Amino acid sequence: MADLDTFRRETRAWLEANCPPEMRQPMTSEEDTFWGGRNAKFSSEPQRIWFERMRDKGWTVPHWPREYGGGGLDGEEAKIVRQEMAAIGARAPITSFGISMLGPALLKYGTDEQKREHLPKITAGLIRWCQGYSEPNAGSDLASLQTRAESNGDDYIINGQKIWTSYANYADWIFCLVRTDPTAKKHDGISFILFDMTSKGVTTKPILLISGRSPFCETFFDNVRVPKANVLGTVNRGWDVAKYLLQHERAMISGMGERGGSRPLGQVAADSVGSDGQGRLDDALLRAEIATFDVDEAALAAAAERMVDLAKAGQGHPAFSSAMKYYGTELNKRRHELLMSSGGIDALEWESERSHEGARPRAWLRTKANSIEGGTSEVMLGIVAKRILDLPGA
Amino acid sequence: MPLLLTEEQSMLRDSARGLISDHAPVAHLRKLRDTRDATGFSRELWATFAEMGFAGLLVPEEHGGSGLGAVEAGVVMEEIGRTLMPSPFFATAVLSVSALTRAGSAAQKSEVLPKIASGALLAALALDEGAKHRPLHTALQAVRSGNGFKLSGAKAMVVDGHVADLLIVAARSAGAPGERDGLTLFLVDPKAKGVAIERTIMVDAHNAARVTLDNVEVTADHVLGDVDGGAGVLSGVLDLGRGAVASEMVGLSEEVFGRTVAYLKERKQFGKAIGEFQALQHRAAHLYIEIEITRAAVLKALQTLDADPAGATAAVAVAKARAGATATRAVQEGVQMHGGMGMTDQFDIGFFMKRARLCEELLGDANFHAAQLAQMRGY
Ligand SMILES: Cc1cc2nc3c(=O)[nH]c(=O)nc-3n(C[C@H](O)[C@H](O)[C@H](O)COP(=O)(O)OP(=O)(O)OC[C@H]3O[C@@H](n4cnc5c(N)ncnc54)[C@H](O)[C@@H]3O)c2cc1C
Ligand SMILES: Cc1cc2nc3c(=O)[nH]c(=O)nc-3n(C[C@H](O)[C@H](O)[C@H](O)COP(=O)(O)OP(=O)(O)OC[C@H]3O[C@@H](n4cnc5c(N)ncnc54)[C@H](O)[C@@H]3O)c2cc1C
Repeated sequence: MADLDTFRRETRAWLEANCPPEMRQPMTSEEDTFWGGRNAKFSSEPQRIWFERMRDKGWTVPHWPREYGGGGLDGEEAKIVRQEMAAIGARAPITSFGISMLGPALLKYGTDEQKREHLPKITAGLIRWCQGYSEPNAGSDLASLQTRAESNGDDYIINGQKIWTSYANYADWIFCLVRTDPTAKKHDGISFILFDMTSKGVTTKPILLISGRSPFCETFFDNVRVPKANVLGTVNRGWDVAKYLLQHERAMISGMGERGGSRPLGQVAADSVGSDGQGRLDDALLRAEIATFDVDEAALAAAAERMVDLAKAGQGHPAFSSAMKYYGTELNKRRHELLMSSGGIDALEWESERSHEGARPRAWLRTKANSIEGGTSEVMLGIVAKRILDLPGA
Repeated sequence: MPLLLTEEQSMLRDSARGLISDHAPVAHLRKLRDTRDATGFSRELWATFAEMGFAGLLVPEEHGGSGLGAVEAGVVMEEIGRTLMPSPFFATAVLSVSALTRAGSAAQKSEVLPKIASGALLAALALDEGAKHRPLHTALQAVRSGNGFKLSGAKAMVVDGHVADLLIVAARSAGAPGERDGLTLFLVDPKAKGVAIERTIMVDAHNAARVTLDNVEVTADHVLGDVDGGAGVLSGVLDLGRGAVASEMVGLSEEVFGRTVAYLKERKQFGKAIGEFQALQHRAAHLYIEIEITRAAVLKALQTLDADPAGATAAVAVAKARAGATATRAVQEGVQMHGGMGMTDQFDIGFFMKRARLCEELLGDANFHAAQLAQMRGY
């Protein structure tokens, strides 16, 4: 305990000294997120400094082993770093599918060579990854995917189409689900494979979202040649890897609404709605809704903390991240509905510097995808019913 | 600190669960209700509780107790919630012990606490006067008289009021109802002249009473804590109590849920288990998630009560508000998914619904606590 207290003090002091003030402000636009990659661009000097300091300390991923560029921290220490970052509202130094999705799968299923090849480039933000799971006819029913990988000597030849591939047009590499045995039952003929997006035969076509932004693509594979050594895990057992990765993806998405040190929603609402003589929000029903939201949000934060602690103690249920994904995304949607309702007309401006180019309505629309991406809310409830509650026929 | 029970706390849970499920399943409550039992709980079981150290769980060791904290109290309350066991644990071992340890003089503590720990004395907190929990609206008058006070007024909902050997009465010694200053706590002998106690039979068949004081004389020795400074003591006592009731509601919710899921697997209609219908599966899954999230929020509040009692109010408000909303959902879904069976008295599920409603009112409902949180957050 004494050691942890010391660690907390040191962490607090280090963050105080190294996190630029600008990186403690809530993010207001997409530029505020740093994604890394071959073509990475920093949108500001503080963003660069913050990323590089965290990278050099191993804290882009505090709990990964040091040999891969992580911080080598244990669970309690990593929790302290998270708490202390949240306490000052520090932004994540990098947002990366490599960290939140592929990394855990590499650590569990990767060969030593694969780990040495990919993990250090993830922690250092050198390679940006995208996720090739969904296809036009394989959404919720992901295992019905049809992208083929045919054996050709030491390589596979990949043909097919993915869709909704987030940031495929910016990504350097893809982790991709392909069918390697078309004769097996649908879950049994899938492999999990990694390849470079600059490979010959890969093309992407951006799709415009209702938020007016284009964060994802259709991704086409036309005779793409990939070495067999790039399969992660066992050939035809890719579904295991895919599911394991989804657990991490869902845990990550469930936390997307977390806001660190930003102002209470009720105070943000008061900016537009006003307050009465006693300092109460001047809209009793909105106040009640926000208060109920605050209760649920605080409870979710406790549940997120407990989920990590349970997992550490070996008492977690592997499907619990689906429960959290469901609740966290529905809550985040509620939060943005309340922000829109609080902002009134001010929250509807779509273009202008004043509105940060419509940051609020665009963010609101973006959250509607939270309960779709990474598995829909209905699918999450189905997983809980089947895997945790053991209900028949689920 | 991990948001989990420690090994010792898990052992405490196991022993409480063993005792309670063996000796006080829901049938125990049913029998007390149906026989219109005058005491409303089993004194024999309370003696066993005391032997096992539960009565003195929160009593400091120097006064014959175990000196444990909010998490441990919550662990026992959760087990009580699973079988709806009527027990003096909440009023005596949690609320009263908390008030006495916080505010009691050395003499008051050494007089009362050992008796509570041994199971020999029951106590009750007489606070709420109206239909809703509004501690600062306390109006029961304390008028100075000689070196003491005369108390007059009425308390509407005193848990265990008719079996208590000692009443802890919140009174207004100064200021107007609604104000924070001017509340004083008194130790009152329920047999004193001017005290009238009417047991009230409530929907949940647990103990409650209306207590009326008519010029009841108390000396300065009966003041608990500082004159006019009772609100500070009360807020600590109530926060602990709220954490405890929230724990009871977690136990209750989980038990209703377990019974409901079992029923979904067993009951057949349209040629299959009703648990195969997705309309019910999704509602069951949603309820499960609500309960798990509430469980985390409640444990967070209990741990905060132990680590930083003065800073626990927000976490407690979250816990009690969540527990109320979750239990309300759990019992409603429970009855609904049991179909006609859920409506019968013969089936236990209705007992849970009734108790959940009462727990929701105890020490502030979900609206009360959400509003507290809003105020703390400045909107
Ligand atoms: C912003 C965004 C980013 C994304 N990024 C990626 C990415 O990077 N990589 C990637 O591979 N994919 C990505 N996706 C795709 C995402 O995983 C799929 O959209 C999702 O799995 C749902 O599939 P679908 O869109 O085909 O919907 P469908 O499966 O067609 O679902 C339509 C509706 O039917 C419901 N439904 C389906 N099956 C059932 C059932 N059994 N019971 C009850 N209801 C059911 C769904 O819940 C939904 O409401 C992204 C999606 C979005 C919106
Ligand atoms: C107060 C009261 C008075 C009544 N009076 C009469 C009367 O006078 N005469 C008479 O004949 N009957 C009467 N009934 C019976 C009533 O009609 C039945 O209780 C009702 O039809 C439900 O049947 P069940 O109780 O067997 O529940 P079940 O059919 O077992 O249902 C249990 C649960 O499963 C759900 N469920 C069942 N099938 C599906 C499905 N396919 N999809 C999704 N969910 C499903 C139900 O909605 C319910 O939540 C009365 C019931 C009550 C409570």
